[in-house]
Amino acid sequence: MPVFEAFRLALQTIRAQKLKSGFSLLGVFIGVASLIAAWSIVNGVNRYMTEKFAQTLYGVNTFQLRRRPMFAANVPDSVWRAWRRRPRIKFSDAEAVTAALTMPVVTAWQSDDNGSVFYGGKEARDIQLVAASERYFEIKNLRIAMGRPFTAQENRSGTPVAVLGDGVAKRLFVDRTPLGRSVRIGGISYRVVGVVEKQGSVLGFPLDRFVVVPAFAPAQNLVNPPGVVDALLVKARSEVEMREAMEVAEGVMRSRRHLRPNQDNNFVLDTSEGVQRFWAGISRILVVVLPGVVIVSLVIGGIVIMNIMLMSVAERTREIGLRKSLGARRRDVLRQFLAESAAIATVGATFGIVAGIALTLLINAVSPLPASVSPASVVLGVVMGAGVGVIAGVYPASRAARLDPIAALRQE
Amino acid sequence: MTAPALQAFRTGDTPLPDIVILAHKLTRAYDMGGEVVRALQGVSVQIKKNEYVAVMGPSGSGKSTLMNLIGCLDTPTSGEYWLNAQKVSDLDDDALARIRNKEIGFVFQTFNLLPRATALHNVELPLIYAGHGARARRAQAAHALERVGLADRMAHRPNELSGGQRQRVAIARALVNEPSILLADEPTGNLDSTTSGEIMQVFAALHGQGQTIVMVTHEHDIAAHAARVVTLRDGLIATDQRQAA
Repeated sequence: MPVFEAFRLALQTIRAQKLKSGFSLLGVFIGVASLIAAWSIVNGVNRYMTEKFAQTLYGVNTFQLRRRPMFAANVPDSVWRAWRRRPRIKFSDAEAVTAALTMPVVTAWQSDDNGSVFYGGKEARDIQLVAASERYFEIKNLRIAMGRPFTAQENRSGTPVAVLGDGVAKRLFVDRTPLGRSVRIGGISYRVVGVVEKQGSVLGFPLDRFVVVPAFAPAQNLVNPPGVVDALLVKARSEVEMREAMEVAEGVMRSRRHLRPNQDNNFVLDTSEGVQRFWAGISRILVVVLPGVVIVSLVIGGIVIMNIMLMSVAERTREIGLRKSLGARRRDVLRQFLAESAAIATVGATFGIVAGIALTLLINAVSPLPASVSPASVVLGVVMGAGVGVIAGVYPASRAARLDPIAALRQE
Repeated sequence: MTAPALQAFRTGDTPLPDIVILAHKLTRAYDMGGEVVRALQGVSVQIKKNEYVAVMGPSGSGKSTLMNLIGCLDTPTSGEYWLNAQKVSDLDDDALARIRNKEIGFVFQTFNLLPRATALHNVELPLIYAGHGARARRAQAAHALERVGLADRMAHRPNELSGGQRQRVAIARALVNEPSILLADEPTGNLDSTTSGEIMQVFAALHGQGQTIVMVTHEHDIAAHAARVVTLRDGLIATDQRQAA
């Protein structure tokens, strides 16, 4: 019997026994659906991380001189405590590094903390208060929607002006213009000179709840001790120039900190790779957990199919005897039942793929996770589904093939 | 009248060309949990082309065992079995399946039709295992159904057919590969006497067209349709008689 004939027969049997086949393909269905959905989340977040998130938080070809990395996964307590003991980055450090960079770069200072912003009787709580120098907007790719950023002059003199994030502007001013009005931060009034374009959110975290004031403005004292910055941001024109700048910065910092050659850096030059490493750490956990879930449901699916196939062989003993008496060889019977279990599993996998894609779209629509279906997962789903079917079918099919036609025909 | 003595067959001989079935000292013993049951104890019989033979005997006489051996569903413990000048008593499983497919058309007491398949598809089954293409299969199966007078029932499923019609579908299935022998096991056992008569007419017509038929039955009036009756008792041939049809 040709393989094609075996599959046609298998599909007929499945169609004739819809309920039973439905149950038997449930396991594979769930396995493949969860494979696709989970993979889509990892895949989507991965792409988001590399394409957007890292760029948003860091900017292209940008590094940050910091006391410790901005993002870190699985950091032991001892390392964390060591990081906290490190000296902080001083204004003088930032100035020295900036002065040493001979290649064309854009630099900015940045310090931040969470706090409240007031306007009239209203309070916007849990706002990221950023004290930064004027090129900060350029490095962070923050476009001004209304008004203007503050100037270098305003930055140096610490003029109390503020540029609001879209979320803060909406919260405090609703649809009136904030420009020219004064908000209060830490009891001091700041004149609003600009509002930044809406940034949306990353993984559910809103990116619009911030206020930027000049690095030398009084708010600096709210976020950091005097003379200390959280980060010096350096944006180069290219990756190569960024690496050069990082080497220069490292050299300057090591000599300022009097580090001997055998001593490790007590500062970091953080790039978007840092965020990606942080994400890789998380996704590695998913990559370990995910196959576990998928394998468990596929194994269960395989066992269910094997059981149903054994039942089916027992029920159809007479049919098998008849087919053998009509000239079916062992391999014909084997092929027939293998095709049947493979077909059940493949149908289950197909439904699973559809459900997985639907689930992905649903996750995209209702949750902040940027899920996106990976074509590889669809291929893997089909292959694994059919594979489970074949493996689960081997034992029942070989039992059917070995049946003695005389005994089988006599079966009631 | 006793069947005319054919040329004596000795081990090592080859049967004459017009002999379809040649059994030589066939024995078949079963091991039933330590106890050996000797179902056949040395059966020798020769059946010529276009003979119509009924095999009779009480239950336990070994007629089913002989039937299984003739139908190549089983192999003898000792002895030789030649089918159409081919020695099949020592073939392996796959070769036997091929012989069943090409040389033997089974008709069972309980019809053994696939319940979910149409009459046409049921008749097509042996052709699938013979490896024929779909178009050729359909044409041949349709032709076989016409031969048994069911040209207008091809698309019906077994549960839409009467008992007699079902058995005729089974006969069409048995004939579709143009086998050397039509092997019927109690073909009228599940049918009323009128329908049994119809089936016997079909058999007579096929015999008239040159078909070799071997039929196992325990009903004398059914056996009466055959030209030769072989009776088994205790695993041996008791009588072998020709009779006027």
